[in-house]
Amino acid sequence: MPGNNLRLGAGPPAGAGGGYAGFGAPGGSKAAAAPAPGATEEGQPWVEKYRPERVEEVCHQGEVVEALKSAVQGKDLPHLLFYGPPGTGKTTTALAITRQLFGPELKKQRVLELNASDERGIQVVREKIKSFASLAVGHGVSGYPCPPFKVIILDESDFMTKDAQNALRRIIEQYSKTTRFVFCCNYITRIIEPLTSRCAKFRFKPVVLESLTERIQHICDREGLTLEGGAMAALARVANGDMRRAITLLQSAARFNSNVLDVEALYEAAGVVPDTEIESLLQVCMKSGFSDVERRVKEMIYDSFPLSQILLQFQEAVVGAEGVEDLVKAEICQKFAEVDKRISDGANEELQLLDAVGFAHQAFAKARG
Amino acid sequence: MSLWVDKHRPRSLDKLVVHSRQAKQLKKLVSAGDCPHLLFYGPSGAGKKTLCLATLRELFGPGAEKLKTEQKTWQIQLPTRKIEVELATVSSNYHLELSPSEAGRRDVHVVQEVIKEMAKTKSSNAMFQEQSNMFGAAKGQQGSQEKKKGEAPKSVKCTYKVLLINEVDRLTSHAQHALRRTMEKYSKQCRLVMTCTNLSKVIDPVQSRCVCVRVKAPKQGEMKSLVAQVAEKERLTLPETLAERIAEGSNRSMRRALLMLETCKINRYPFEENQEIQLPEWELFIKEIAQSILKEQTPKSLFQVREMLYKLLVNCVPADLIFAKLAQELMCKLDDELKYEIVKMAATFEHRLRLGTKPIIHLEAFVAKFMSSYKEWSIRIFG
Repeated sequence: MPGNNLRLGAGPPAGAGGGYAGFGAPGGSKAAAAPAPGATEEGQPWVEKYRPERVEEVCHQGEVVEALKSAVQGKDLPHLLFYGPPGTGKTTTALAITRQLFGPELKKQRVLELNASDERGIQVVREKIKSFASLAVGHGVSGYPCPPFKVIILDESDFMTKDAQNALRRIIEQYSKTTRFVFCCNYITRIIEPLTSRCAKFRFKPVVLESLTERIQHICDREGLTLEGGAMAALARVANGDMRRAITLLQSAARFNSNVLDVEALYEAAGVVPDTEIESLLQVCMKSGFSDVERRVKEMIYDSFPLSQILLQFQEAVVGAEGVEDLVKAEICQKFAEVDKRISDGANEELQLLDAVGFAHQAFAKARG
Repeated sequence: MSLWVDKHRPRSLDKLVVHSRQAKQLKKLVSAGDCPHLLFYGPSGAGKKTLCLATLRELFGPGAEKLKTEQKTWQIQLPTRKIEVELATVSSNYHLELSPSEAGRRDVHVVQEVIKEMAKTKSSNAMFQEQSNMFGAAKGQQGSQEKKKGEAPKSVKCTYKVLLINEVDRLTSHAQHALRRTMEKYSKQCRLVMTCTNLSKVIDPVQSRCVCVRVKAPKQGEMKSLVAQVAEKERLTLPETLAERIAEGSNRSMRRALLMLETCKINRYPFEENQEIQLPEWELFIKEIAQSILKEQTPKSLFQVREMLYKLLVNCVPADLIFAKLAQELMCKLDDELKYEIVKMAATFEHRLRLGTKPIIHLEAFVAKFMSSYKEWSIRIFG
């Protein structure tokens, strides 16, 4: 993956600092394009609508919030690096900090937000980021702490090229008097060491069941939704610690159905394969001949269940299957891992699923003797 | 004269027969004049595009059907150089359809620049759009009888454009990542409606920003009745058994079934019960290849097969399809014991093909490998 990233920044290698003067690039213009604050419009995605506006409201990241408390009161702010799985509140926290520091108006001048949808090769670092960083800070507005520095948020920064990251090293130090950087990323390993060592690192944990439930319940109350039966548990199972996924799922399920949601509606929205399908696949695998397996696999592909999902759930089923030796299960799991890799490389769905299920079929048959 | 596939495509959500449940849900979804980002996924010929277009019509009224096909060229200024990207687009007043995957490795620029540009500029068009919207809707109401009252005021509400992106799963992961923020940022002015066959290839962040709609391929029974319906509309008498056979041979793809029906009609009408259904030529050809592989397993035969494979590739049959079909053809003539082997081989080589660049090498490797294990097996069994 990281090798891939190099393609974008086809520019010359990073010169260290370099003696070049002002490229007069448009500095603050991008800042205005930050997500529309607080506008409660009908069509707005709930993830935006219910995005916490204050750092304290970010749920389940207690330690991070605690550590940032003094910072948002206007005391000094280090460079920050937020990392963790998707949907845990990294971008939210970054945006909340700037909001609390500068307020909605001044934020437009003081904050530059760049993410993977913007071109972020080395050229952009040299021009846009550098020129924004070198701007002097103006006066603050009343009602907010307005510390004398600007903030540059680099969202999804693990998708920046290595060259671009290298070019940032010196810029960070050079302008540290007037500029703070906030990096958000999923994989800290993709950020080069010199950058991580310049930042205070915060790890965002996957959101646990209780916090998720609390937040979802809050949204349900506001939107007039009722979750029936085990729907909340189902939602938590599907979301797997990703708050954004939970909220989006909730919204799409709600849009698609009435205001009362049951387990089925949520599973349908999430593209989860019904347990009965998986069970029947397992039965076919354990008891019938190969041609039945072939037919079953075809059916599943035609019913357009997402392959990765089938594999995930089928693996669960195999591991939980009774009367099968551990060694056999382990072999099958290994095969599944291989197939999963192939799928993510973009291989043909039908062949790969047939390969995986066929292997399981063979292994079961062998175990039976 | 258009093909029956296009001619008999259901135009509105109410008329959909197969996916009536999804259609009802979609109707409810857009009834408020609002539409989240949508992602339709399902095998080819399942009805993704039909659902898409019907949804658009539900949103914007018949105006969304006045289409204009264009070959557009975009000039994109990169930091180091300037590139030109040319794409075929289909657009109406309310939506624009394109397949960024056509741009190959440049798709990331298409996503970053073109889509962003579209999404940005359309907001200023909102006024104009509203006017033309009203105009279009009013005109539509006079013109077509299908249109029900009360639909017109709905469509006026939409101040956004819809961008229809085909084959998102074929975008590079880079381009998909570039999509994610675009979707959030410009969601006010622009909604994305996307289709893909393979959901696993769409990255999670994009999936989580959409309402994903699973489009199942029609069941065999449904397929049969649909084929019969089309035949009725064309005023043809279609024998029951022929309809059944078409449904069977269609691989549950609506498009394929209707094309088959149309070819049957051209070949012979009035229909006969045991009339031969012509398969697509490439499939017959693969059958032939499978036969010659099974007949003789020698370097000479391998050489012949290679030529045949080349012919297929030259005619733009996707290599992964060749793999799937060839494996299937070989499998149906073999022992169970060998079937595992074939599937394993086909899966492995098909994966390598995906990573590599020259399809012929991997296809040939598969054939060679198969020949050797088949030979080994037959020597072991028959001595």
